[in-house]
Amino acid sequence: MHSIKKVIGKIEFGILAPQEIRKMSAAEITVPDTYDDDGYPIDGGLMDKRLGVIDPGLRCETCGARAGECPGHFGHIELARPVIHVGFAKTLFRVLQSTCRECGRILLTDEEIEEYMHKFEFAEGRRSEINRLIKEIHKKVKERKTCPHCGAPQFPIKFEKPTIYWETRIDEEGNEYKHRMMPSEVRDRLEKIPDKDLSLLGFHPENSRPEWMVLTVLPVPPVTTRPSITLENGVRAEDDLTHKLVDIIRINNRLKTNIEAGAPQLIIEDLWDLLQYHVTTYINNETSGVPAAKHKSGRPLKTLSQRLKGKEGRFRGNLSGKRVNFSARTVISPDPMISINEVGVPLAIAMELTIPEKVTEFNMEKLKKLISNGPDKYPGANYVIDPEGRRIRIMETNRETVLEMLDIGWTVERHLMDGDIVLFNRQPSLHRMSIMAHRVRVMPYKTFRLNLSVCPPYNADFDGDEMNLHVPQTEEAQAEARILMEVQNHIISPRYGGPLIGGIQDHISGGYLLTREGAYFTRLEVEQMLMFAGVDVDELPEPDRVEKGVEFWSGKTIFSLLLPKDLTIWYENKVGCKDKEKCEKLKKAIEEKLVLSDEEIRELSDDGFVYIRNGKLLSGVIDKKAYGREDGRLLDLIVKEYGTERGKQFLNQVTKLAIWVITHKGFTTAIDDEDLPQDAIERIREIIREAENNVNRLIQAYEMGELDAHPGKTLEETLESLIMQKLAEARDQAGDIASQYLGMGNHAVIMAKTGARGKILNITQMAAMLGQQSIRGKRLYRGYRGRVTTHFKPNDLGAEAKGFVVNSYKSGLTPTEYFFHAMGGREGLVDTAVRTAQSGYMQRRLINALQDLKVDYDGTVRDPSGIIVQFRYGEDGVDPMKSWGGKTLNVDRVIVRTLLKMRGE
Amino acid sequence: MAAKRKFNIFDHELVPEHRILSDEEKAELLKKYNIKLSQLPQIKASDPAVEELGAKPGDIIEIKRKSPTAGIYYYYRIVVED
Repeated sequence: MHSIKKVIGKIEFGILAPQEIRKMSAAEITVPDTYDDDGYPIDGGLMDKRLGVIDPGLRCETCGARAGECPGHFGHIELARPVIHVGFAKTLFRVLQSTCRECGRILLTDEEIEEYMHKFEFAEGRRSEINRLIKEIHKKVKERKTCPHCGAPQFPIKFEKPTIYWETRIDEEGNEYKHRMMPSEVRDRLEKIPDKDLSLLGFHPENSRPEWMVLTVLPVPPVTTRPSITLENGVRAEDDLTHKLVDIIRINNRLKTNIEAGAPQLIIEDLWDLLQYHVTTYINNETSGVPAAKHKSGRPLKTLSQRLKGKEGRFRGNLSGKRVNFSARTVISPDPMISINEVGVPLAIAMELTIPEKVTEFNMEKLKKLISNGPDKYPGANYVIDPEGRRIRIMETNRETVLEMLDIGWTVERHLMDGDIVLFNRQPSLHRMSIMAHRVRVMPYKTFRLNLSVCPPYNADFDGDEMNLHVPQTEEAQAEARILMEVQNHIISPRYGGPLIGGIQDHISGGYLLTREGAYFTRLEVEQMLMFAGVDVDELPEPDRVEKGVEFWSGKTIFSLLLPKDLTIWYENKVGCKDKEKCEKLKKAIEEKLVLSDEEIRELSDDGFVYIRNGKLLSGVIDKKAYGREDGRLLDLIVKEYGTERGKQFLNQVTKLAIWVITHKGFTTAIDDEDLPQDAIERIREIIREAENNVNRLIQAYEMGELDAHPGKTLEETLESLIMQKLAEARDQAGDIASQYLGMGNHAVIMAKTGARGKILNITQMAAMLGQQSIRGKRLYRGYRGRVTTHFKPNDLGAEAKGFVVNSYKSGLTPTEYFFHAMGGREGLVDTAVRTAQSGYMQRRLINALQDLKVDYDGTVRDPSGIIVQFRYGEDGVDPMKSWGGKTLNVDRVIVRTLLKMRGE
Repeated sequence: MAAKRKFNIFDHELVPEHRILSDEEKAELLKKYNIKLSQLPQIKASDPAVEELGAKPGDIIEIKRKSPTAGIYYYYRIVVED
């Protein structure tokens, strides 16, 4: 549609010369006023029609265009006396210090000039190097007392912020006195500097002469950059810049008349300073040492610098970041029934967002149907665009005519429909998986729906999170999103080369319930769950068991239906082997023979060791190691060997299957999951007694001086670490006892063991005891002098006085224990808060440092100027996302697959 | 150089091997990556390893590093004035 007409070769920055300002000026502005009483722009005023127009109906006197079409034109103000540009005040100071006050030459000898010229050449335009040299020259030159060229004595110059320069002169009698250098004097000196010396001061003499930093002419920005707003009551409110310019012109005119009238020097200098103040605040109203120019209401004016600076300034707010159309934002909620690469879009949003579709002979009928539905009936269309690019809104009134006119070559902006590709995003967008492409599923109600498996990459939950949706408008953008950004392409994380998207929580528990030893299902159940999971099977496999004429299938058999038919893999799962030797034997047998006979399997199979032979799960239960995130071996393998599409299908089916099982078997955890029999409680109490005795013995030994200090530690530190060791031991022992009494019949244990949610430690803390509370890895000690709370004697080193909690969450904490627990908990909260702030800042700085680096076609990593950063990307040239856990290829897998293929033939 | 160095930094296990490239190798390297000298990463002449080798500004140093991803990884840096 739009072809590139011109290519930008290079951009050069410089300072506007007074002559340039006059040349680009459309009018000289002399009247400190805007509109006359009739609301008409005053000639020579700040709203002069030659500067462009903003009122409808008027025509610009420079280009003749109407408001909205005329881009605006600059004007200028001839300043009665020159003033310093605040933004350059520091640079001017440096230049004044570096040059001779008489002849204007740089205060370097000819030899030095020669030497530095050479060094500049060597720097080859490297900015950091050049800046260093300029600094070095300045440092060397500012101490010089006489000019090496004309021999004139130099006086030290002082710079008083923001815009005043003092010269410490010496008169004939040798007395020091201070002379204020007015801007005109500064300008005179700068004019004398010859072009050839300027490059040593860091100037490009053609683009920026130093005297241009002292303003003699002030450009007046076009009216369009400072439009006035008409309030409801008809009163005009002028832009802050206009206000400031009015001040400048008023003072400038007064200064001019006073000079012409021959007013005393004192009055002229006062007005001159006032002009300087106004120009300074016009450029930057936050200059330190200058009181900010304020509005009548007391609000500081927003002048040029303020428009550009900061987060909401022109650069960060309008150029680096923009507001976009074709986007939507709403609350998210879960939907386990949609695919991982789908997103549920509320009907109301689908009718607002549109996709432009070109009319062809193939889709003409479909699009006509949409147009006749109009904007208010789903699936409809909101606009049509004719071949000339005119946009016509579809309404009741013009629907018929639009339908009649519609032809090939037109474009219809139709409602979002099922299958359309959209980008879905959740802030903070920390990695590339924070924006992924999804397929649309239009749904009722008002929230975005997403599959639970994609929560981890977005770091989303449903406690009120909102997410954004963007609709790519061109075919190119849609294709790009589809190929690069769709969810299934991000199952494998580029961080560690394993799955980032996988089954979570109930998906894992459900997988365990399905595949554990002794799980059998009737024909009805099997048919139901396969239907639910969307598995297409022509015929069920042979039943694993028949009892009294009823057929039963094992969960392992059903699970196998989801696997690719030639998949072979073995690994020890998360649940782990109870009988290590048996597993070792099984592993060895598999490694030797690859394909085991049914007999051997019956003999060696174990729930703790997974063996899948040609797409049949023969041993082991399915847990987090199979398709969980981070260590889903099975999912990883399917994605890498069978492609992302198969990986997506597997994940969709397996999660749904697990959900069916868990909902129909029932799965819950309650307080009775933490019930321990009386003798277990007795044993735990015994352990606590034992630990306390041990601690007391240690303290006694310490007090008697029998304790030997560990290397590198004081005696007190030694005692502390010994006590901590003993108490940690006690908690572990209590945990061991608790888990002895809690088996796989306990749902909390199932979740912990399979990796669905929680750790065994959490169960221990609920059922047996909480253990030692700590701050910064130390036992609690802060509070009163020598004790944490007043419930203990000062300097009590015992377990209970320093934050050892013997109770469990279930048995309930004593008041002191509760307080200790709160102390430890607070540290965790503070830690997370501090960590997010710190890592956010680090992330920002890393991005700023790395954003322009790219991998070149020769595999090197370079910055935009071609400077090499790495000679090979990542030192090995491997894309971790396409790798096997960081390695280019997995030799074992190649061998296994080759052997299997050979056996198969 | 007052006293003789007592300690050779290249004897330390954490200091990788450094080597000055010959003129032919230099030309080859620049040709291989199609770069100018100024596009190479820099190393100061005052760097202990450079001083030890006695390399002059303009020389290219080849550093043979151990890499967790690639095993051995060669890095090239041009010596620049301090």
